[in-house]
Amino acid sequence: MAGEHLHALDGYRARTSPVHHLDARVKLVLALLFILSAVLTPTGAWPAYILLTALVWSAIILSQVGMGFVQRRTAVVMPFALAAVTVIFTTPGRPVLTVWKFDITDHGLLRLISILLKSWLSIQAAVLLTACTPFPALLQAMSALRIPRVLVVILGFTYRYIFVIGDEALRLIRGRAARSGDLNGKGGGTLLWRARVTGNMAGSLFLRSIERSERVYAAMLARGYDGQIRTLNHPTVRPSELVLMLAGSLLLVLIQLLARLRW
Amino acid sequence: MVAMKAIEITDLYYAYHNGRYALRGVTLSIMAGEKVALVGPNGAGKSTLLLHLNGILRGRGTVRILGEEIPGHNLPRIRAQVGLVFQDPDDQLFSPSVFDDVAFGPLYAGLPEHEVRRRVAWALAQVGLEGYSERLSHHLSQGEKKRAAIASVLSMEPAILALDEPTSGLDPRARRRLIEFLRQLPQTILCATHDMHLVAEIFPRMVILDEGLVVADGPTQELLDNTSLLEAHGLERPWPYKPQEHGTP
Repeated sequence: MAGEHLHALDGYRARTSPVHHLDARVKLVLALLFILSAVLTPTGAWPAYILLTALVWSAIILSQVGMGFVQRRTAVVMPFALAAVTVIFTTPGRPVLTVWKFDITDHGLLRLISILLKSWLSIQAAVLLTACTPFPALLQAMSALRIPRVLVVILGFTYRYIFVIGDEALRLIRGRAARSGDLNGKGGGTLLWRARVTGNMAGSLFLRSIERSERVYAAMLARGYDGQIRTLNHPTVRPSELVLMLAGSLLLVLIQLLARLRW
Repeated sequence: MVAMKAIEITDLYYAYHNGRYALRGVTLSIMAGEKVALVGPNGAGKSTLLLHLNGILRGRGTVRILGEEIPGHNLPRIRAQVGLVFQDPDDQLFSPSVFDDVAFGPLYAGLPEHEVRRRVAWALAQVGLEGYSERLSHHLSQGEKKRAAIASVLSMEPAILALDEPTSGLDPRARRRLIEFLRQLPQTILCATHDMHLVAEIFPRMVILDEGLVVADGPTQELLDNTSLLEAHGLERPWPYKPQEHGTP
């Protein structure tokens, strides 16, 4: 049963850094505030972006998870930010370049670069948060911060079963690979046929997941689940960590003020 | 203590959605403290029968646990009395961390926090997984998962354990550890399995289920000696049951 697993999804890196030791609630609040701050920073407020970068990079270096690791994981998510690419055409301003019938404006370009920078900053914060906080601790932090329990529980199940289902998918793919021999140098079948095989695999994965969900629910009932979601109480945050959280929040507010007053 | 019936099933029928009967009149009673193996081919209804022990499935007929009939208003109490261990530990370990899973039962039983923590520590120690509470379930080996799954019901301190294929998918060492562990458990145990060695080693009584019916129920040694009975229900005598003779005298 042992063997290869789907570990790419598991972002946690065990280290003994001060960032790892910090209470998960403090980390979650600071990361969320940082992301909020990055999102609210006005277009073209470059010094603010530099300050934010300095902040998140300091945390990355302190955490010892590795700058390369964070940047690699960030790069995986970055392409989604390109969904904002249309702003270069839609923002009013002086045209700098014409692509087919559409003008790219200077303000539009500025906005796109700002959006990409903001995304990059936010994703780094999220990647760092998950790299130095075990997921269960993150879930506890969420429920401590009064995020609706149903959402927290759904996240918990997603996290638990994405690996199980991922491993199942891995086995299916391996099963297909093992039978995808090439007899006369032109194996592989038509595109349509391959699409159908992939569709069948997705369907079978879906069915297996539904059946599993029924068994999981039975296992929950067997141990007394009654529809209410219960968790243990959370210990109080240490004063020193509370101070750190306030200081961090204050710093982010200052950066915002700077960005707004100056630009 | 006066011997009492831990499990009493009378004339139990259960049909799937498609109308096919999984159980066709099962009658079975097990005394407190008995350790009983439930064997039979795939599809005989073993898992279905186990799911009736705490009211997850409800068929026609009666099921009494420690003298109380289910279903009823007593369902939560019965669920705390019957520890059901599922075949696939990935179904049983649904929480992100081992601690959360082992704490799930006690938490839902409404126990205070210190008692929940005490029971988790105790249950993990019982299965030899001390120090595993912060581990993530998907990082455990198959043997560790099986033991964590058992810990997740032991923490409810059940009087009855219903195990579904506890040794399947385990390597010999993990299987041996599990057998030694099951041997010393004080609970009443009903264990569905294909592992006839396991049956011969720790279960004095054996029940053969086939096509939804109890076809044999008696001392394990006696039933294992009845080769024609075993063959008729697709079972095998554990090997080596008797040393084979080699050559001519």
